[in-house]
Amino acid sequence: MTDVQPGSVATGLDHGDLVAIYEKMLLARLLDERQWILNRQGKAPFVISCQGHEAAQVGSAYALTPGKDWILPYYRDLGVVLTLGVTPSEVMMGLFARAGDPNSGGRQMPAHYGYRKLKIVTQSSPTGTQVPHAVGIGLGIKIRNELAGRIVDDAVAWVSFGEGTSSQGEVHEAMNLAGIHRLPVIFVCENNGYAISVPQRMQMGIENVADRAAGYGFPGVVVDGGDPIACYEATLAAVERARRGEGPTLLEFKCVRLTPHSSDDNDRTYRTPEEIKAIRQHDPLARFAAYLQAEGILNEAREAELRERIKRLVNEATAAAEAAPPPDPATLLQHVYCGDQ
Amino acid sequence: MAELSLIEALRAGIDEAMAADERVFIFGEDVGKRGGVFRVTEGLQDKYGPWRVIDSPLAEGIIVGACIGAALYGMRPIAEIQFADFIWPAMNQIVSEAARICYRSNGDWNVPLVIRAPYGGGIHGALYHSQSVESIFAHVPGLKVVVPATPYDVKGMIRSAIDDPNPVLFFEHKKTYRLIKGQVPDGEYRVPIGKADVKRQGSDVTVITYGLMLHYALEAAEALAGTDGIETEVLDLRSVRPLDVEAILASARKTGKVLIVHEDNLTAGIGAEVAALIAEHAFEYLDAPIMRLCGPDVPAMPFAATLEEAFMPSPEKIAAKLRELAAY
Ligand SMILES: Cc1ncc(C[n+]2csc(CCOP(=O)(O)OP(=O)(O)O)c2C)c(N)n1
Repeated sequence: MTDVQPGSVATGLDHGDLVAIYEKMLLARLLDERQWILNRQGKAPFVISCQGHEAAQVGSAYALTPGKDWILPYYRDLGVVLTLGVTPSEVMMGLFARAGDPNSGGRQMPAHYGYRKLKIVTQSSPTGTQVPHAVGIGLGIKIRNELAGRIVDDAVAWVSFGEGTSSQGEVHEAMNLAGIHRLPVIFVCENNGYAISVPQRMQMGIENVADRAAGYGFPGVVVDGGDPIACYEATLAAVERARRGEGPTLLEFKCVRLTPHSSDDNDRTYRTPEEIKAIRQHDPLARFAAYLQAEGILNEAREAELRERIKRLVNEATAAAEAAPPPDPATLLQHVYCGDQ
Repeated sequence: MAELSLIEALRAGIDEAMAADERVFIFGEDVGKRGGVFRVTEGLQDKYGPWRVIDSPLAEGIIVGACIGAALYGMRPIAEIQFADFIWPAMNQIVSEAARICYRSNGDWNVPLVIRAPYGGGIHGALYHSQSVESIFAHVPGLKVVVPATPYDVKGMIRSAIDDPNPVLFFEHKKTYRLIKGQVPDGEYRVPIGKADVKRQGSDVTVITYGLMLHYALEAAEALAGTDGIETEVLDLRSVRPLDVEAILASARKTGKVLIVHEDNLTAGIGAEVAALIAEHAFEYLDAPIMRLCGPDVPAMPFAATLEEAFMPSPEKIAAKLRELAAY
């Protein structure tokens, strides 16, 4: 258990970090699985999954500074928000549309993350609209620094989206502006090969979303989205680059989507049984567990203990959120305008 | 006090706001060296530097989208859309995002953003340089939509718009930029958003209007007072969302005869909302049906002078309608 694992010197991640990353990945997975059970029980009308993206999400978010950096996640980013400090019961409040849901007080569908305290910026459902916002935050940071004549704020804006969403004009407009002014923005494409049922080859004529970065004048990096250490390293390099004032980076994490698009989707209508079986071989959680065990960082007993603890956490979060009050109907008209109370 | 054109008053208001608060910056096409194609921001980049007055790439979606992000970060952006006609690529950002961010985050986040755009016709701009777009935005809860028409109001309202913690669409009728002049105090002052203004007192009929049509209505009212002895009250809405319901009802109750005039297309325009408010809350005070004189329901103004003239309400058309109303 004291061996330094390969790569840990380069990344600066020690065993404690690796276990912490694994814990968040496991928490994301178990919380996600519980949401599907609640959906099938008729208790949660809508679920959208992070399953298959945990390594990319937790690894990448681990390179950010909570409360300092600006986070603009998309609906799959359960692992991201958990890593940054959103609690399991807060996630479950969103699922059950409770008044205590920090995203929206139960106004938005589940998985529309947002939390001012943690600088997680409110998101909507039209895909890609968050990307211009990230660039605008980067512009704000840049203006402040330029006016001061030095770096007074070295925060970065981290924004994510799927490869399907990268077809949106707003995403291209945003990257173009970030390139013009070398803004401190980390563009993260979590590429799972599908936009609902439409495969990547019907979204773009190229193999890698990251290749587009060259057209905007900044680096694009393809990363194995099943390897949290690789995702952490790539993000850290991008963050450090941005903090130094050198501009944006586009990271493309090649992921798999282990579930249907959402609880309203049936992927058997467009994926073959063989394919569904095959993607299971790419489960990032199992892969990282095997790695940690091979490195002697985790053993079966410790893993079982961890699972027990996280399951308890998920149970408690579910119970607490289920028991929490729904929004008061009298609040329907509130917050149409800021300061209108 | 100085006599300023509307565009000078607008620039003075923006200049004062930029001097007062370093977070205020301008982002739009050609706003820097050129000072905007209408020269609203002329000289401001020289004064405040290239990071306070920033030329955007030619992409309205990112002009508004990035300004939303900057506003979330804590800046006070002023986005300029070169012509209101080109605001549509930014529609998703305005309606799906800016308008809903406060509501959807349960008050956690808000967007202090001003989006300025020259609008309106009568300048031989044809279909794509003449549109009135205010009613489309006025329909959207979460947005404020203002249409000031005098130098005094423009200067005071741009300050209120910049102060406002909500997204404000600030529409300037491009024909008023240099045509309309007026007295403007030197110091700082505010004209509140959501308050209409009686620009002319009258007892016989009311015209409710805004924008360039305010000036045409005032001209018509003066003419009628001289020739027909009809005293017209002219209510300038200034703000079309929120509407000043009290001022609308007060004038309707006072004269009992209401004509609504706007350049925007008739159907589902602001006039429809104003008429509905009066019908619902001041019905028993009315002596005549509520009338509307508006742009016809064609997509926008054609280029040929004859067609443009046929489209635009004019002082003469307004006077004729007022005569009809007064005689009812
Ligand atoms: C503007 C817009 N169009 C369509 C949709 C419906 N929709 C929601 S998610 C989605 C697919 C997104 O795919 P991708 O960006 O690859 O992300 P993934 O879900 O695969 O992670 C679609 C079409 C939407 N939300 N917004």
